[in-house]
Parts: sequence; structure tokens; C-alpha cells
Amino acid sequence: MGNRTLLKALCGTVAACLMSFIGVGMSHADEVTKVGFVYVGPVGDHGWTFRHDAGRKAVEAEFGDKVKTTYVESVNEGADAERVIRKLASSGHDLVFTTSFGFMNATAKVAKQFPKVKFEHATGYKRADNLSTYAARFYEGRAVIGNIAGHLTKTGIVGYVGSFPIPEVVRGINAFTIAMRKVNPNAVVKVVWVNSWYDPGTEGDAAKALIDQGADIIAQHTDSPAPLQVAEQRGVHGFGQASDMSAFAPKAQLTAIVDNWDSYYRDRTRAVMDGTWKSTDTWGGIASGMVEIAPYGDAVPDDVRADADAVAKAISTGELHPFQGPIVNQAGETVVPEGTTLSDEELLGMNWYVEGVQGELPK
Amino acid sequence: MLRLEARAEPSRAMIYLSPVFALGLTLVAGVVLFEIMGVPAGDALYAFFIEPLSSLYGLTELGVKATPLILIGVALAIGFRANVWNIGAEGQLTLGAIFGGGVGLLLYDVDSKWVLPAMLLAAMLGGMLWAAIPAFLRTRFNTSEILVSLMLTYVATLLLSYLVHGPWRDPDGFNFPESRMFHDAASLPIIFPDSRLHIGFALALFVVVAAWFVISRTLIGFQIQVIGRAPRAGAYAGFSHKKLIWMTLLFAGAAAGLAGVIEVSGPIGQLLPSISPGYGFTAIIVAFVGRLHPVGVLLASLLMALSYLGGENAQISLNLPLAVTGVFQGLLLFMLLACDVLIRYRIRIGPIVSKIDAGNTA
Repeated sequence: MGNRTLLKALCGTVAACLMSFIGVGMSHADEVTKVGFVYVGPVGDHGWTFRHDAGRKAVEAEFGDKVKTTYVESVNEGADAERVIRKLASSGHDLVFTTSFGFMNATAKVAKQFPKVKFEHATGYKRADNLSTYAARFYEGRAVIGNIAGHLTKTGIVGYVGSFPIPEVVRGINAFTIAMRKVNPNAVVKVVWVNSWYDPGTEGDAAKALIDQGADIIAQHTDSPAPLQVAEQRGVHGFGQASDMSAFAPKAQLTAIVDNWDSYYRDRTRAVMDGTWKSTDTWGGIASGMVEIAPYGDAVPDDVRADADAVAKAISTGELHPFQGPIVNQAGETVVPEGTTLSDEELLGMNWYVEGVQGELPK
Repeated sequence: MLRLEARAEPSRAMIYLSPVFALGLTLVAGVVLFEIMGVPAGDALYAFFIEPLSSLYGLTELGVKATPLILIGVALAIGFRANVWNIGAEGQLTLGAIFGGGVGLLLYDVDSKWVLPAMLLAAMLGGMLWAAIPAFLRTRFNTSEILVSLMLTYVATLLLSYLVHGPWRDPDGFNFPESRMFHDAASLPIIFPDSRLHIGFALALFVVVAAWFVISRTLIGFQIQVIGRAPRAGAYAGFSHKKLIWMTLLFAGAAAGLAGVIEVSGPIGQLLPSISPGYGFTAIIVAFVGRLHPVGVLLASLLMALSYLGGENAQISLNLPLAVTGVFQGLLLFMLLACDVLIRYRIRIGPIVSKIDAGNTA
């Protein structure tokens, strides 16, 4: 690069910076708050990303002209994430939500470079003055659907389509299994890992394999409706993931754990508008409304509905903790004695199966 | 009746001009597409092709995104010229990340300027090792290198997944499947401050020049061209096809492995279960768009990288869906294939000429 071209490039950068400063100034004058969202999947996944996008729309509905929202979908969790997050931060966004664990280090890095922009990272553990974390206690919902599965399985085998063997997913499998075996002590859970959050083909194949092994109920921790659709075709039952998927499997869906980020996204956006935003760590469950249980399907009889409702209510009031002792691990050792419950720290790093889960946890 | 008739001699100029025509036609189709979607075409094309390059940071990001495509694309192009169909560069890239990243983790406490070169060398060895498997099976048992190299990609991904879920997991990472972040000694130096453009880009440019030199100025390059165009002529001339299979696959393995370690020690900074959004596969397209010529591959890589950056930018500044990027890339390839067909064939309208029938029955 010759000196002159370098000079030109520098002038261009300086001009671009000035323009973006003016842009930021103007947006403040107009009182328009710009909120950006980075999604790991497509907005049409009808699962995880779909629900985050519903939260984005809730922000738009609440604040109308006072906000402008932007999203970037199917962002790879590797080298691309940092560029996308930085682009949002440098284009006048006041608040940026990054909605997958794999965006953690990129978010933390960009947050350091843009101290005036507020960042919110879902499901991670790195925080800073301008970087909050938030997640939902989905395991509370897992306990409710585990209860239903315990009541309704005839073969005593429940299939579970897992994404990655990370604590979040293992916690869900364990909460599900504990609740299931409370009502059906002989039932077992078989897990198939698909090593993806969103891969309808593989997810569907995993469900088929589990049904072939005798499972008559399919639970999933992946984002597409494919496992549920397979359950519908094969005449067995299943649970929707992240959103109400009954449209894809009207007969098969017993219920669904619905992620509801609407009020969190509204509250955090309002905090930025008011200037009251602070870095926080939020982990909301059924009580906070972040985790909801979708309407029951026809296949769930009244007595089972009543019992599942009772579990959900007990969890939301704090009477019941999905991980209260005694809890026995796969080796038959009591790891949580009666009268104690697992702490949040222990839940965050969970890497062992409870009794009743078949197979070894990949390590 | 519409049919295609082979041209006696495809125009040389047209072979190199066809990507330019294809790009032009893609732009025209893009204008139509955006007008139908109700987006001003000028704004959309600006967001796709100009805005990402309007800042120094944007230019550096283009280099970051294009680096793995250049490295792998150039190496694959040489193999394709010799009729060696290595479809598994993605796996060789993954092995490079495993070997190079592994050395980085092994030397986690070592603060020496030799850490990085050791990582780069290990990565090239790793990629070569993975490419050696299809090379051995092809030369020994005549196994299809297409299938072997492709399937080894999935093995490589699972191997990486095993390592980051298990032995190489960050001890302070709450059991999440990722390695520790690399120290400065194990990270690629940055060319421009406040950017992510690393010396890997310079390495990629060096590989372009080296590949051009090998292809056009050495005996090996000549052998590759002869074997590719006329295998029998090559055999009569005493050129060993086996030797070329080994050489092209090992070179591609080394280049892909280098691309892998460059990604993890550069923009990513750690090992993750998935480190590439399919660069090894995209590079196949890049190699053909670039006419299997090193400089062409360089330009094609930059164009492909720009289309990704443009796609992100169009989402942010115009709220266009990501699918538009896919449609756009698809259009470009479709137009390129269409132009290629018309360079090699001409369209004839009318019944099949009887002379050909007579020739067939005679």
C-alpha cells in the first residue's frame, strides 16, 4: 500500500468514524434506542431462535417508534461472531443481545472495546460492567414434563434427543429423569447425542432410532420440530422444545416447555432508555415467567394434568426443588442426601447422570 | 428443438471472462430480486458490495474471512488440475486445528517465540497425515479419494469434539466444551492494530505466489497439467500419476491444516467443537470459480468472503433475511455454470442434423 493510498484509507476511516459519531448523536436526539440481536439459528427454527425473535418483536410492540431492533441470524459460533457483534456495536446500537453460549468470548471481547454499549449474553458466565448474563431455569420445566412422561410411558422407556453434552443439557436430562422416576420408578431414559442445536435430519433420525429401541415418548433438547414430527408419524408422543410445536404434531405433542424472553427483553430495553441499566446475572424459572408450560395435548388425561400442574406450582412457590435429595447417581451412590438440594454452582457445572439414565455421558 | 453443440475451440479469453460475465448477470438478477422484494436495488447492492469495504476495519475483516478460502482453494485447484478430487479439505483443516491447537495447549505455560512456528508446523503435519490416508488408499488399492476424504471429514469433526468435551476442556470453564484461550505466544500476530487481520493472510498470499510458480515454472507443474489433461500422454512420457496423487493430496492437506490452525490461533483464539463454517467445502466452489488458477482463486476467495460480509451487513442495515445471501451466492454459481456451458457449447435450434445420424449408423 503506497503512502497516498494509506492516507486515503485513513481519511476514509476518520470520516466514517465522524459520521458514526454524528449518527449516534442524532439517534440520541431522536430518543430512538437501537437494540441488536445475534441469533445462532434461523428465525424460522420454531424453537430457540424463534422464541428470542418473539422477544425482539415484543420489544418493538412495547416501545414502537422509540426503538429500532436489528437481528442477524444463523451466526456461526466461531470466528464470525466477533465481527457481527462488533458491527452491531459500531453501528449505533445501544443494547446488544447475543443469544447462544458460543458467543460468550466474542461478546466479552467486543464489550471491552465498546464500554458505552450494553451487552447481554444468554447462558454464559462471563460478565463485565457493560456485559450482563441471563438464562432460564429450563430444568424446572423439564421436571414438569418428566412427571408427565412417568405417568404416560407404557414401555417404561423414554427417548431423549440431546444436542451437546454440556451442563445445561445434562441438567435437563437429570431433572427430567428424577421427576419421571418419582411417579414411575422403573422407567429409564435413553439419550442420543446429535452434536448440533439445529439439524432437522439428524434430529429426526435420532428420534427414529430411539423409537426403534422401544421408546414411546420422545423428549428433546434440540431446536427443530423434527423429533416431534417423527413421533407423530410413528404414533408415539413427545414434548415441544422452546416453543409450542403443536402445529407440527397435533396428536403427538403432550405439552411443550416454552421459553419466554418477552418481559426480560422489555425490562432490559426500558432500563437502557431510563439510564438505569446495570450489569446483572439473571436466572429465571417458572415463577418469573421465563419458563412456561404450553397447553396440554389431548393425550394427557385429567389426573395427569392435575399432577403436572401441582409439580409446576410447587416449583414456582419454592416448595419443591427439582434437585432436592435424595439423588442417586448412575453408580448407585447417593450424591445429594435427603434434606439438601444442589446449589446453583453445582447445577452450572453438572457433568454426571442420575440413576435411570442409560449409557455413559460422553466426556 | 433446442440442443447444445460443442464448439470446436472454446475461446481462451472467454474462459477467463466468464466469471466477470457471471458476476454482471448476477448483479442484474439481484436488481430484479430486490425490486420484487420491495427493497431499493441501489441500497441493497450498496449494502452487499460497497458498505462492507467502506472502512479499514471492513477491509481487514475481508482478509480474515478470505484467508482460509485462499489457502485451501489454491491447494485444491492444483489437485483438481491433476484429476485428484480431494473433497475432504474440511477434515484436513480440522486435523490442522487439532494438531496445531494441541501444541498450543501443550505449551500453554511456555512463553517463547517458537510456540507459534511449532503450532503451524504441527498443523501442516496433521493436515498431511489426514490427506495421506486417501492418498495411500488410492495409490495402493485404487479406492476413490472422493469418498475416503469426504468421510474422513466426519471422523475429524468427532475427534475434535471428543477432545474439547474431554481431555482438552478448559478446567475453569464449567465443563463447557471448549479449550482454554490461547496465550499471546500461541496467537497469530496482528498486522493492523485494532483489527483482526493476522499474518495468516500474508501466508495465504505467499501460498498463492508459490502455487503459481510451481504450476507454471516447474517440471512438477508441467506434469500436473499433462496428467490432468491427457493421462495417457503423461504415462507415455513416464510421469508417475501415483507420485502426483501423493504430492497434490499432501500439499492440500498441509494448506488446509495451516488454514485450520490459523483460524483457531487467530480470530477464534481457542479450540471449539466446531471451528469452521464449512471453509473446506466452500473452497471447492472457490477453486472452480477461480478457474483453478492461483490468482483466480485469490479473487474468487475475496468475492466469496465479500458475499458473506455483505450478507451480514444487509441484515444489519436493511433487515434483509439471511436467505437472500444464499440466493445471491446460488445465483452467482448458476450464472457461472451457465456462462461456462455457453463458452464450450453453442445453442442450436432445429432438428438434429441427419449427417450425425448417418455417422452414428455407419
